[in-house]
Amino acid sequence: MHGIASDLPLAFADVTVRAGGHELLAAVSAILTAGRPTAILGPNGAGKSTLIRVAMGLQRADAGEVTWGGRRDAPARRRAIVFQRPVMLKRSTAANVAFALAAAGRSRAERSSLVDALLNRVGLGSLALRPARKLSGGEQQRLALARALARSPEILFLDEPTNNLDPAAAKAVEAIIADAAASGIKVVMATHDLGQARRLAGDVLFMAGGRLIEHSAAARFFSAPATAEAAAFLRGDIVE
Amino acid sequence: MAEGASALSLIASGDPALWAIVRLSLAVSVSAVLIAALVGFPLGALLALVPFRGRTPIIVLLNACMGLPPVVVGLAVFLLLSRSGPLGSFGILFTPTAMVIAQAILVAPILAALARQTIEDLWTEYRDELNAMGAGPARRVAALLWDGRFSLTTILLAGFGRAAAEVGAVMIVGGNIEGFTRTMTTAIALETSKGDLPLAMGLGTVLIAIVIVINGLAWGARRFGEHHAG
Repeated sequence: MHGIASDLPLAFADVTVRAGGHELLAAVSAILTAGRPTAILGPNGAGKSTLIRVAMGLQRADAGEVTWGGRRDAPARRRAIVFQRPVMLKRSTAANVAFALAAAGRSRAERSSLVDALLNRVGLGSLALRPARKLSGGEQQRLALARALARSPEILFLDEPTNNLDPAAAKAVEAIIADAAASGIKVVMATHDLGQARRLAGDVLFMAGGRLIEHSAAARFFSAPATAEAAAFLRGDIVE
Repeated sequence: MAEGASALSLIASGDPALWAIVRLSLAVSVSAVLIAALVGFPLGALLALVPFRGRTPIIVLLNACMGLPPVVVGLAVFLLLSRSGPLGSFGILFTPTAMVIAQAILVAPILAALARQTIEDLWTEYRDELNAMGAGPARRVAALLWDGRFSLTTILLAGFGRAAAEVGAVMIVGGNIEGFTRTMTTAIALETSKGDLPLAMGLGTVLIAIVIVINGLAWGARRFGEHHAG
């Protein structure tokens, strides 16, 4: 995987995204570097998902620019994303991973051993032949992670990865994320779960109303937030 | 119910005239559906996936064409193939080939319109994931067709049901010539008007049995798909 230019640092410069006369992102500037996961926190409608889509390269900024390792139009070859509601292909669990590997350019010969390795990595080895849509919510989330990891990403974007999961399933998903981060993948995750951000994140982007309110180290963010909005959010007040 | 009894004995005894008619009907409709699929499925995929100016009116027109009256299609094909028509020199009017053409024209819009809907729905669902996985155009189309395979099979069978049951188009372009272009539906129409009810009822029974089997297969394809692919 060397020889491909790095996508880090991931830099947003005055990134603005509009939809129907409404600003989903308003001049967001931030630089994300290699290291521990970045948590994107904020209330619903803060622009977290939009920021992730722009960072993945799925959505264009209407103004400002995103650069990956200093490059403006870097193909998403080494970026992967798990959507808030991942869609399983109507195939077996193993075939879902094999498809992701094929789309990432892996040869047929490589795929079968990689499928096994990836499914074991997310704890779905025994469900390889099960139709993916028959899996439980937590299992589908883990399969989505396996598909994302199939791209050997340098950056892994996660949009509310444990939303709607029961605690045991959430714990399993979190373990995979921690494992990925420990293996050197830069994880960038939007989350509602403050506890999860505390456990995983190295730094926090706090957003509200499409604006980036605060970007600071996680330890500082949780102990001494720099802004009144962040302090209110951490207290559990409604922030708009 | 003497006619009913003799109808059943015609079927049971393997009456050669009856089974020749059944064979021709199936050959014509199966050929027509396969040809219609070769045109209709790619057209449906194109309309589902490629945005272009005038797409919406074409989709509306295509959906309207699902209800094409068979006699009108028959008339149009008749005019094309008749001695003085633009394709008259081929001399295929009143042959099974003409019947295949007419039924293919009748069925192709049905296959295209239903395939368009199926593929577009699946694409709406898959778009983000396929984009994020970096799947190229060929891989996307292959994924949509493969993951839509059970629905597409059902659509194919629906097209076959329509072809096998229609009478207007094959009557006009085939001419209902005994032993050559006489199908189940045209034979039923003729025999009924002649008063030969046993043959008409025998053929009607076979036709209904075929329709039931086709619908059973369509239902089975759906169930199999739901069970094995979610």
